[in-house]
Amino acid sequence: MMTYEELQELAASEVEKQEQHDYCVRVCLAAGCLSLYNDEIKNALEIAVEDRGLGDKVAIKGVGCMGLCAAGPLVSVEPDGVLYERVSVDDAPAIIDALGKDPVEHIHCPLDIPFFERQQKIVLENSGVVDPESIEDYLTRQGYEALMIALTEMSSAEVIDEVVRSGLRGRGGGGYPTGLKWQTVAKAMGDTKYVICNGDEGDPGAFMDRSVLESDPHRIVEGMVIAAYAVGAQKGYIYVRAEYPLAIERLKLALRQARRHGVLGDNILGTGFNFNIEIRLGAGAYVCGEETALMASIEGNRGNPRPRPPYPADHGLWGDSTLINNVETFANIAPIVRNGGDWYASIGTEGSKGTKVFALAGQIQNTGLIEVPMGITLREIVEEIGGGTPGEKAFKAVQTGGPTGGCIPKEYLDVPVDFDSLVELGSIMGSGGMIVMDETSSMLGVARYFMEFCMTESCGKCIPCRVGTAQMFRLLDKITKGQGTMTDLELLEELCDLTKYASLCGLGQSAPNPVLSTLRYFRHEYLEQIIDAPEPVA
Amino acid sequence: MAVRSRIKTLKIDGRDVSGHEDESILDIARENNIYIPTLCQLDGLSIVGACRLCLVEVQGWRKLVPACATYIEEGMEVFTNTERLQNYRRMILELLFSEGNHICAICVSNGNCELQDLAQKLGMDHVRFPNLQPVRTVDMTHERFVVDRNRCVLCARCVRVCDEIEGAHTWDIKGRGVDARVIPDLDIDWGDSPTCTSCGKCVNVCPTGALVVKGQPSGEMIKRQEFLVYLSEIREARNG
Ligand SMILES: Cc1cc2nc3c(=O)[nH]c(=O)nc-3n(C[C@H](O)[C@H](O)[C@H](O)COP(=O)(O)O)c2cc1C
Ligand code: SF4
Ligand code: SF4
Ligand code: FES
Repeated sequence: MMTYEELQELAASEVEKQEQHDYCVRVCLAAGCLSLYNDEIKNALEIAVEDRGLGDKVAIKGVGCMGLCAAGPLVSVEPDGVLYERVSVDDAPAIIDALGKDPVEHIHCPLDIPFFERQQKIVLENSGVVDPESIEDYLTRQGYEALMIALTEMSSAEVIDEVVRSGLRGRGGGGYPTGLKWQTVAKAMGDTKYVICNGDEGDPGAFMDRSVLESDPHRIVEGMVIAAYAVGAQKGYIYVRAEYPLAIERLKLALRQARRHGVLGDNILGTGFNFNIEIRLGAGAYVCGEETALMASIEGNRGNPRPRPPYPADHGLWGDSTLINNVETFANIAPIVRNGGDWYASIGTEGSKGTKVFALAGQIQNTGLIEVPMGITLREIVEEIGGGTPGEKAFKAVQTGGPTGGCIPKEYLDVPVDFDSLVELGSIMGSGGMIVMDETSSMLGVARYFMEFCMTESCGKCIPCRVGTAQMFRLLDKITKGQGTMTDLELLEELCDLTKYASLCGLGQSAPNPVLSTLRYFRHEYLEQIIDAPEPVA
Repeated sequence: MAVRSRIKTLKIDGRDVSGHEDESILDIARENNIYIPTLCQLDGLSIVGACRLCLVEVQGWRKLVPACATYIEEGMEVFTNTERLQNYRRMILELLFSEGNHICAICVSNGNCELQDLAQKLGMDHVRFPNLQPVRTVDMTHERFVVDRNRCVLCARCVRVCDEIEGAHTWDIKGRGVDARVIPDLDIDWGDSPTCTSCGKCVNVCPTGALVVKGQPSGEMIKRQEFLVYLSEIREARNG
């Protein structure tokens, strides 16, 4: 067990150790870049340093995601402030030789571009900077300072108050006010309470949570321990999908380190507070990310949703009050406690505070992970940060909210992005997927694709979703093939309405969104495919 | 310990009614002879809220709620039979009929089927959706019973009665979406099930002709479900 003073000493000696090196070369070892053999580049850099006898001067550090995944493998150099893109093993000697001099030209990635300048990092502040496998490195970045403040200087009610004041809303998709959720769990009766971190992240193409877990796992641990203290929980679970082996490995290591350093387990930081965390692996069913299904899965049952109420705060894991929040939600907690709720609330819009991480994908120049303040416009994201659509093709729509989100056309690009404005546009924030589509994309095809996803991922428990998605998929398929009639279109709209309002859980309730939003903005594309469509009115 | 429960008053379809706080909208409606269609719900089994036929509207609530799974609240105004609900219910039945083989004329449960009754009662007289023609199996390996998955509506009554009342937990649901199906144990032939006690409870609670007694002539399969309520009451009394 360590006291906070000892942790601070550890941090100070780590800083000292790091300052002995004149240069720090960071190599992204998150899954994206790792799949491009960045670990070999790290080896090559180490050899190059060795060959030049620079071992004392240059540190090579494996770090998490730097964001611009499209340009990976990425390597950065401090204090030069240089970023290298599309690095290959052969570039290693040149990178080392250029330390403190002009950067290597052909792989140099300028940092004064909107992709970097328009971002604001809170959740990702450590991503690509700290070594995710070192608690010492995390400590040098004010790690566990918030936990110490919470445990020693604040009552649990005060911690909750800061979260309420921050205006933070859940990042798992629903946007439920986090402070209110914490208050409810804190007030719930019963001595046993649980905290769950939802890291299921089932949206195809989404990797926000994975990236946080891989790049800065201690931040999640810290957020969960603070939450446990605030609501009075003794036991926590992190639910991660089994397809994220690297995230799981780093989390396991982080949990071990946290226990050894006294920030997790019994008598945390000598304050008498006890809290433990276990990892649970999900088998990858999309619906297991839904909170009641997720809890059933942790309990060892089939991951089926059940009706709410009762909500998890009231009747959660094994019937006890349970706080369940998303990975990104927990990632915001330490900075909120450190800097105060008012600081966080100063960022963003009236109804949506702080920043949001998006996974930018599709027909866009700069794909990757970005973090932007709420209230930024879609245009700024797509055209400035994303660099617009590649080639000559014109922008057509941006799809937000994952498989159950909606498509937003170019007329609405100037709308500020927040929970409520996206809903008004017929889409949702979801967990932060953002797919850009150019003029060659068929909106009908998009709707059909996502409906197929929902159909296969429906758990099958309730009839409107189980059969409704299957019938909607058939109708969309028929229309796509040019065999649909106006009656089919009417049936499709009726089914959208039924599935949206009669389904048991969020999957069914939001499965019609892609159809409804494309019908709203691109109805003509449906009509063009329909055999007995009325002539368009001029 | 004396259990104290508060009384709530509410309105269902304009009528003033009252009940205990731990009673559902469905309980109170039935007590007052107000009909709400149900399929997955069965007195004596846990509530799953799966079929969505019992959805009702509550004044001022954004979402429709399942009457079987929603506790009454003071002052709530419930509407059980609006045009919108009638449409939804008919469409849910249409979807069910489009999902399996529900050709009543050749079914042993013809005339004694809850699905058929619902369709008649709610006025579902035609199906606008193509039949999904799923590949589903019939298992006749059990000595006395048959499961015909083509007629299954996935209400999970069999799963619940076997687990909650008989304590055998022979039945489970495997697969997702329209591929979901009831399976004995780890998806073996029913006849080989080491856990099945052949008590026949699943057969009796099954609302359709999916679970039946072997060798019944068409239309003769009559299910008996009264036992459930007695069993649960006896159990409750015993557990004090
Ligand atoms: C079909 C479905 C899938 C979901 N998947 C996820 C997920 O992968 N990750 C997540 O955090 N929340 C997911 N959610 C939302 C959770 O149910 C829950 O609201 C969330 O974890 C609460 O955390 P928050 O308040 O921090 O957002 C999903 C919801 C539905 C209906
Ligand atoms: S809405 Fe779909 S996923 Fe949710 S309970 Fe119903 S069938 Fe299952
Ligand atoms: S076999 Fe009968 S009781 Fe079991 S799920 Fe199917 S319809 Fe319901
Ligand atoms: S009876 Fe209520 S949902 Fe089936």
